[in-house]
Amino acid sequence: MEHYLGIFVRAVFVENMALAFFLGMCTFIAISKKISTAFGLGIAVIAVLAITVPVNNLIFNLLLRDGALAWAGFPDVDLSFLGLISYIGVIAAIVQILEMVLDRYVPALYNALGVFLPLITVNCAILGASLMMIDQDQTFGESVVFGLGAGVGWALAITALAGVREKLKYSDVPDGLRGLGITFISVGLISMCFMSFGGIDI
Amino acid sequence: MASQKEVLIDPIFNNNPIALQVLGICSALAVTISMSTTLVMCIAVIFVTTMSNLAVSLVRNRVPTNIRIIVQMTIISSLVIIVDQVLQAVAYDISKSLSVFVGLIITNCIVMGRAEAFAMQNGPWLSALDGFGNAVGYSVILIGVALIREPLGSGTLMGFEIIPTVANGGWYVPNGLLLLAPSAFFIIGLFIWAIRAWKTDQVEAPEYEIAPNGQYKEAI
Repeated sequence: MEHYLGIFVRAVFVENMALAFFLGMCTFIAISKKISTAFGLGIAVIAVLAITVPVNNLIFNLLLRDGALAWAGFPDVDLSFLGLISYIGVIAAIVQILEMVLDRYVPALYNALGVFLPLITVNCAILGASLMMIDQDQTFGESVVFGLGAGVGWALAITALAGVREKLKYSDVPDGLRGLGITFISVGLISMCFMSFGGIDI
Repeated sequence: MASQKEVLIDPIFNNNPIALQVLGICSALAVTISMSTTLVMCIAVIFVTTMSNLAVSLVRNRVPTNIRIIVQMTIISSLVIIVDQVLQAVAYDISKSLSVFVGLIITNCIVMGRAEAFAMQNGPWLSALDGFGNAVGYSVILIGVALIREPLGSGTLMGFEIIPTVANGGWYVPNGLLLLAPSAFFIIGLFIWAIRAWKTDQVEAPEYEIAPNGQYKEAI
């Protein structure tokens, strides 16, 4: 249990997707002007990450890994080079399914998320988390916790940035730095704050 | 119709993908710690963006609109798999240090964004030029960041020592902050400031302005 807690804490704070690995930056910068929309997007990312990372883990371990196809009578086949195309396919399919399920059963949440849901397919944080999971050779249980933690970390970061930007709107920023420039510098400062979690290890 | 020269040159400074369109920041910043990984990353992105724009533009009239995203994704991921396999065969060390970031070219917004915004409407030759120009615009920023981070962060450039560090008997104490994530954000922010100070038409309009004081005579 402690092992899983450690993975979760590390994914949320120490190895934060957005602030330590620069993943999902495009959406992170583009959709952080208001706290409410940023929070909605964060929830969507948590949901998608918590589903796709374990599914990709199963696909890698049962189909693509070297020798994984032994059950089908092909013990020497290594399909891991097909990884990238399978993961992105899985992500696109799951986002589509999630969209349809939400539309049918939770229309309130579906309307709140709106256009962000399809955009998540091309969010680097989703694919990045799957690739890191493969890189670290996680088991199924670890991948569930890691996916959830990575999502929570990303949501936390974007909500924090939206809070800063809502206040920043009222400040007098030098002309050339206004908008994008000062946003980058604020992200740098937030990222520095998150680095103080660096020593935590459960 | 834009001329070929405009399509090629425009994205480098006037309409830079990173500094103005906010595309492709994602996978880029983590690789700028050293110059050699940055150059490899730039070459990979230039290859993928040019080829994907060309391929998407060639099939643009045969693909039904509602499945176009998945077609673009398939084209892009096949190209990235080629890059990944070539890198692992030719430069294994660099491919190890780039780790997941080669795969992340798939979701690099520049590739997808240009395929969707330009290649779906224009002919193959112009699209390839547009892809090349945008990828070069991205590379310019990346190389600029790496040029600051590597020498000041570890005293080397392309792995050769150019500033003698204290650890090797020289005088320079490396600034560890430049090897960490926050420095990349600061440097990009300052780059954007520099570009906008030069090209003032890119400055964003303020969202909020302080209303003039209605009773200004009182203040005098």
